[in-house]
Amino acid sequence: MPDLLLELFSEEIPARMQAKAADDLRRMVTDKLVAEGLVYEGAKAFATPRRLALTVHGIPARQPDLKTERRGPKMGAPDAAVQGFLKATGLNSLDEAKIQRDPKGDFYIALIEKPGRAAIDVLAEILPVIIRTFPWPKSMRWGARSGKPGSLNWVRPLHAITATFGLETEEPDVVPFSVDGIEAGQTTYGHRFMAPSAISVRRFEDYEAKLKAAKVILDPQARKDIIFADAKELTFAQGFELVEDQVLLDEVSGLVEWPVVMMGSFEQEYLAIPEEVIRATIRNNQKCFVVRDSKTGKLTNKFVLTANIEAADGGKIIVAGNERVIRPRLSDAKFFYETDLKTKLEDRLPKFEQIVFHEKLGTQAARIKRIEVLAAEIAPLVGADVGKATRAAHLAKADLLTEVVGEFPEVQGLMGKYYALAQGEDASVAAACEEHYKPQGPADRVPTDPVSVAVALADKLDTLVGFWAIDEKPTGSKDPYALRRAALGVIRLIAENALRLSLMKVAASALAGLSVKPADAQKLPSDLLAFFADRLKVQLREQGARHDLVDAVFALGGQDDLLMIVRRVEALGKFLESDDGKNLLAGTKRASNILSIEEKKDKRTFDGAPDAALYSLGEEKALAKAIGEVQAEASAAVAKEDFAAAMSAMAKLRPPVDAFFDKVRVNDDDPKVRENRLKLLNEIRSATRAVADFSKIQD
Amino acid sequence: MDASLPAHMRPERSFQGFILALQRFWAEQGCVILQPYDMEMGAGTFHPATTLRALGPKPWNAAYVQPSRRPKDGRYGENPNRMQHYYQFQVIMKPSPPNLQELYLKSLAAIGIDSAVHDIRFVEDDWESPTLGAWGLGWECWCDGMEVSQFTYFQQVAGFECAPVAGELTYGLERLAMYVQGVDRVYDLNFNGRDGDAKVTYGDVFLQAEREYSKHNFEVADTAMLFEQFKMAEAACRKYLDAGWKDGKREAHLMALPAYDQCIKASHVFNLLDARGVISVTERQSYILRVRELAKACGEAWIHTEAGGAA
Repeated sequence: MPDLLLELFSEEIPARMQAKAADDLRRMVTDKLVAEGLVYEGAKAFATPRRLALTVHGIPARQPDLKTERRGPKMGAPDAAVQGFLKATGLNSLDEAKIQRDPKGDFYIALIEKPGRAAIDVLAEILPVIIRTFPWPKSMRWGARSGKPGSLNWVRPLHAITATFGLETEEPDVVPFSVDGIEAGQTTYGHRFMAPSAISVRRFEDYEAKLKAAKVILDPQARKDIIFADAKELTFAQGFELVEDQVLLDEVSGLVEWPVVMMGSFEQEYLAIPEEVIRATIRNNQKCFVVRDSKTGKLTNKFVLTANIEAADGGKIIVAGNERVIRPRLSDAKFFYETDLKTKLEDRLPKFEQIVFHEKLGTQAARIKRIEVLAAEIAPLVGADVGKATRAAHLAKADLLTEVVGEFPEVQGLMGKYYALAQGEDASVAAACEEHYKPQGPADRVPTDPVSVAVALADKLDTLVGFWAIDEKPTGSKDPYALRRAALGVIRLIAENALRLSLMKVAASALAGLSVKPADAQKLPSDLLAFFADRLKVQLREQGARHDLVDAVFALGGQDDLLMIVRRVEALGKFLESDDGKNLLAGTKRASNILSIEEKKDKRTFDGAPDAALYSLGEEKALAKAIGEVQAEASAAVAKEDFAAAMSAMAKLRPPVDAFFDKVRVNDDDPKVRENRLKLLNEIRSATRAVADFSKIQD
Repeated sequence: MDASLPAHMRPERSFQGFILALQRFWAEQGCVILQPYDMEMGAGTFHPATTLRALGPKPWNAAYVQPSRRPKDGRYGENPNRMQHYYQFQVIMKPSPPNLQELYLKSLAAIGIDSAVHDIRFVEDDWESPTLGAWGLGWECWCDGMEVSQFTYFQQVAGFECAPVAGELTYGLERLAMYVQGVDRVYDLNFNGRDGDAKVTYGDVFLQAEREYSKHNFEVADTAMLFEQFKMAEAACRKYLDAGWKDGKREAHLMALPAYDQCIKASHVFNLLDARGVISVTERQSYILRVRELAKACGEAWIHTEAGGAA
């Protein structure tokens, strides 16, 4: 069966967009083929800085023929209806129609055979549509055609389209189409500098080979492998070790069609700069890898660059050029670092009075003050020294005003730690300068030093309460202040450090510290608590745990101790996996269902204690007794925060509940007995509330 | 490179030869070679030959040197390559020709950068000027890891779609010349290509100015006056725009350029205030927005002028 080769040759495609674009191209073309009845055998897409390419092999040469029947008018129907039918079906006369008998009468049936079209014609139709509707994250217009509406949008100017279709054994055909004046053909071009001439290609195999001969490695993975292997070899040969960096490797492989790896160096003196800053400088600005000394594990004064050309001089000028660029960059970084060290962190703070954190929430200086107060309040709750927590909160943001952080925002916090250590701060205080931003996401490390924990909580809670107070809550996909991340951070800080604190209380303190006074200040902490519940659910869902149990626990009310909530949810989850748990849940749900039906019927509730005198059956008595015992036992266990024990207690409720439903008819003929039994059912419901609201648990 | 040039005029020998080589190259591509605009501005893009001429349907090919003032980038002449005043070489071609990338590479060859021994790359860099209400897609052009030019296909300017799209090239002249001359400190650039006593360096020409303006920009510039100037320029821009509509109808405009001068002025005054550190983060946004509103209104006026392509 024939194969398709498609190449879209353009000016340089941003590295970060290439992988997805290749994938989109493959998906869009193959989806369309399948939708057109052309089931292919395989497809693979590639990207380089200047081209997207796709090969689809084993495409049938034609679509299958389609046979459809179409029912027409009744025999003897008015002529207008007959004519309409003939026109719609393409029949010449009714003689060509079949007649179908039906209880309602005899109908004309047209048999329409739609012969499948040649695949190449289908391709000529679908490819231009795909090109015109291609989902680039950002696309543009160019050239003279952009003066008129409807001109093509592409990521950068598109110059040539190669599209061939045919069997391996034959000369393939060019898929006949054009987009915005670009005619599909079979001509592409090699490396921009080393082999810029036109290349005529037939099909994927010779295409890939001819590109390689023209100094273009089509497959991004192959380029990555080359860069990685060469970089490792080059560093190893000199007794060094490459600092691996997958993200950088991905990017670099998208910047070259013909990777040539070389090593350069910089002056030893720059190694006095913190390693993270050296790495940020070299990586962000120059897209180069840094190199470690394998013996000491420390950075060396080497870097690895990836050029896109085999230079005539062997790369001497390129290496020297890169060194010349890196030198002033490191010189800047060193200068920034040394300048920063001359000013104490606390001496930077007055400047925060000029910097607005948020229009409605005041200056950064005001925010820092609030975090200090809150950190001091939280410190004893998390086992941190109040003095150290206050000091850390005081200094934690100061590095934002340093030169290094101004230049490399990604080292914020980290620089704070370095500067704090340099000015002789306590180790915990210094650590908190870095760690109070953590955790930044679900995969980030959670700090454990109590001082860091106190400041991290204070920072996040001030943010959350502040934005709640000015009603800037996240909505849908919009969360410009990363409040969801902050809430998840609080949850993880508390849960992973096993901390006990009342969120409502801390939120109230944070609120008291704000200068804005929201209208519904009373409601705010509980609103915020509901947000935490949502976040907790999301987190549990992502861990594959049952998030509906969070609702079952929160529904009990008065729950603002996250650790206890998490523990209770865990215990409940385990319990519900057991047979006892499953059956008790079923029994409780059954009781609830019966109750809600009967409550509706009688338009009343069945609260209040049942009357022991009205029990007539052994199962009733047994259940009543069990409820009393289990409730007491479970409540006692909950009071001791032993949720596992509470759940075991609950388990004891299962046999009497099962037996009750087995043997006892709730809707007894005697209304008094019926009422009493319904009250007993209500007791089951309230007994289980010692651990959770079972009605909120999904089956 | 032109072999007939005397040594002191060669692009790798003198800063002025470097500029002349670029001018000559782009003149040969059909560009009008303009002189710098006579106002202080942050980038060559602000020149009306780019900002305003990028709008409207009329073809336009131009190249020019534009002194760029970046008050915040001053380093008292002590940094090897950061300055509050430097030169940009700007090329604008509308509509963007299909071989603009090739022309650009040829221009590098014209100033002595041989693509057989240098690693030249187009690295994604989307350009946006919040103050001009303008954006485009393109690249930073790298030579051996150094950003030497900015290459942009303008999509929108002053809030208006560019139809057709213009291609814009901006060369950082000092940085490129340093590379070509092989010097590490901008002030060591040979300006006139002469040797010995006859040699004039970039430092001879500009070092004094860098020291003085750095002091001015960071320490002394009269902020009260500048705040006032900002307001005055803003008001004047509005006033000229209002007065420019022919017969008071919004059909033809007669004064887009004088109004736009005031927009340029407001933008530079804002940059000075910013360098003095008297504009807070939130205020900053609102100043940028105010300049953008002026730029947009000027763009609208321009497309209603004869040169702007109004019928």
